[in-house]
Amino acid sequence: MAFEIILQAIVSGLLMGLIYALIAAGLSLIFGLMNIVNFAHGEHLMVSMFSSFWLWSLLGLDPLFSIPITILLMAFCGVLTHYLLIRYILKAKMLIQICATFGLSIFIRSLAQYLWTPDFRNVDQPLLEGRIEVANLFIGQPQFFTAVVCLIAFFLLYLFVTRTETGLALQATAQDREAAEILGIPSNRMFAMGWAIGLGCVGVAGGMMTNYFFIFTDVGVNFALFAFVAVALGGFGSIIGCLYAGIIIGLVESLGGLLIDPSFKLLYVFAIYLLVVIYKPQGLFGRY
Amino acid sequence: MESLLNHARQEPLWNTNKRVIAVLAAASLALIVFPLFGPSPFYLHLMIMIFMYAVMSQSWNVIAGLSGQISLGHGAFFGIGAYSSSVLYVHYGITPWLGILVGIVLAAMIAISIGIPMLRLSGHYFAIATLLIGISFQVVFQRWEMVGAASGLWIPLTEESSWLALQFHDSKTPYYYLFLGFFIVTYLLVWRLSNSKIGFRLRAVRDDYQAASSLGIDISKYKIIAYAISAIIMAPMGSLFAQYILIVDPDRMFSLEISIMVLLMTVLGGIGNIWGPLIGVAILIPVSEYTRIYFGGTGGAVDLIFYGLILMLICIFRPAGLISLLPKHLLEREKQR
Repeated sequence: MAFEIILQAIVSGLLMGLIYALIAAGLSLIFGLMNIVNFAHGEHLMVSMFSSFWLWSLLGLDPLFSIPITILLMAFCGVLTHYLLIRYILKAKMLIQICATFGLSIFIRSLAQYLWTPDFRNVDQPLLEGRIEVANLFIGQPQFFTAVVCLIAFFLLYLFVTRTETGLALQATAQDREAAEILGIPSNRMFAMGWAIGLGCVGVAGGMMTNYFFIFTDVGVNFALFAFVAVALGGFGSIIGCLYAGIIIGLVESLGGLLIDPSFKLLYVFAIYLLVVIYKPQGLFGRY
Repeated sequence: MESLLNHARQEPLWNTNKRVIAVLAAASLALIVFPLFGPSPFYLHLMIMIFMYAVMSQSWNVIAGLSGQISLGHGAFFGIGAYSSSVLYVHYGITPWLGILVGIVLAAMIAISIGIPMLRLSGHYFAIATLLIGISFQVVFQRWEMVGAASGLWIPLTEESSWLALQFHDSKTPYYYLFLGFFIVTYLLVWRLSNSKIGFRLRAVRDDYQAASSLGIDISKYKIIAYAISAIIMAPMGSLFAQYILIVDPDRMFSLEISIMVLLMTVLGGIGNIWGPLIGVAILIPVSEYTRIYFGGTGGAVDLIFYGLILMLICIFRPAGLISLLPKHLLEREKQR
């Protein structure tokens, strides 16, 4: 019995971990590209969940079908973020860069709170519902499919960055902006694309999570914190590192919640962060 | 070293000449006699908030402006101060004066133990860690029974106003002097600090850590010192604020808004300059208090929308803050021999 419960926790940790991985991958891509940590990442996640929610609530579009719209919307949001804010602070001190994205996060979150009130919302009877039973293990269908979609998106992202010409151009810009520019890679456009793709990842995760997660204005805070930790654990700028890191965090969160006390999940993740920073600051797959 | 020192010397207004000292002394005197004119409680409250946030922003300015490290969870030290003095008073009847000291020591210890692992690395690690800390403290205190968990602690009222218990029931004037005292002492201390060797070394570390390190400055040691000093400045404000409103609860004392406000005020006024936080506070606190009067307490999110917007605009257009709008000759140091 106890064994089954632990197995159950492992499975649900794994499923959450894949979501963290995808969110972290978006963050990591942006960081690797321009050395800017997007402190508004959680708020972007929140926006993508709300977009998916409103598409369901106003147009009756199931979250599953509105995913492409959400992705496009988030990509647009990313381009907008780059051209309206990030472009101006590229050369600023790190201090100013952090303040700027932190300001963006405050702005988005309070605007959402003002427009949509801090109420909790959820999608009633989405297409993905119910659970699957495999060998005495219960897996929620939406959770399962969300994780699968996140994994697919993750590998598409990975293939895009490592196998296509545009992806290689992205990497080149990340490594040395000036050298890339000499080779004719427009760095500004690359940055905008990095933001579009990074937030597109968030759009996939947010859109899928709308199926079973509560939607409220502070929803992104914890996800963003976990994504920060995942990025540090995987190694700043490494995309594949995010996958492992996300899964580790998901497992620690769910097993810690089961074995110790579920209300301190944040602290376990914080403990991982401390351990990483103390013992392996370059992360598992870090370049630095 | 010489060029670094010169660069540090040219920083605006860290230095103070005779004329500035005269102005400051006059201003302090004006602040000291202000309550004698019998201002309404609202103005006293406004001034108290200005003093409090001026100290808190200065605390943030020490870690961010002097050493260049961003703390996104500075409210944690505020809460630690508030809880140390209140818990000691509520459970053991220990005077808040001692509680303030305990809060200072605790805050410094926590800052050092966080700083040792985090401040060795690039600033992003530290910023993320502080964000985590800010939220973790709130989570822990929301569930810690001994400190009243989510509902917090009520500080039992004394019969009479008392300096020993730091409670004043019939007038805000004693609170005014209390906060004013801490305000003046803090600004004097930070001014001394910034003109001391530690201050110069900190700025050397901030501006060029490789050069500073090659000159034998222990980078992480100085960053940790700055973080500890910053925590030490922050904690007493929490204790005093707890005595001012006579209740501590995790949502108020560890609120993210505190961390946001101190950051915003400093960046708005001018980060890295001792007068920057004061300018930011003098602008934002009256605005926020007046909007609270006209729009009521419910519009909490509305002012945050503007704060976020202001923060972004400042970062884009005036990263040096509003103080950089002042005429040049006010900002430059007098020629030093």
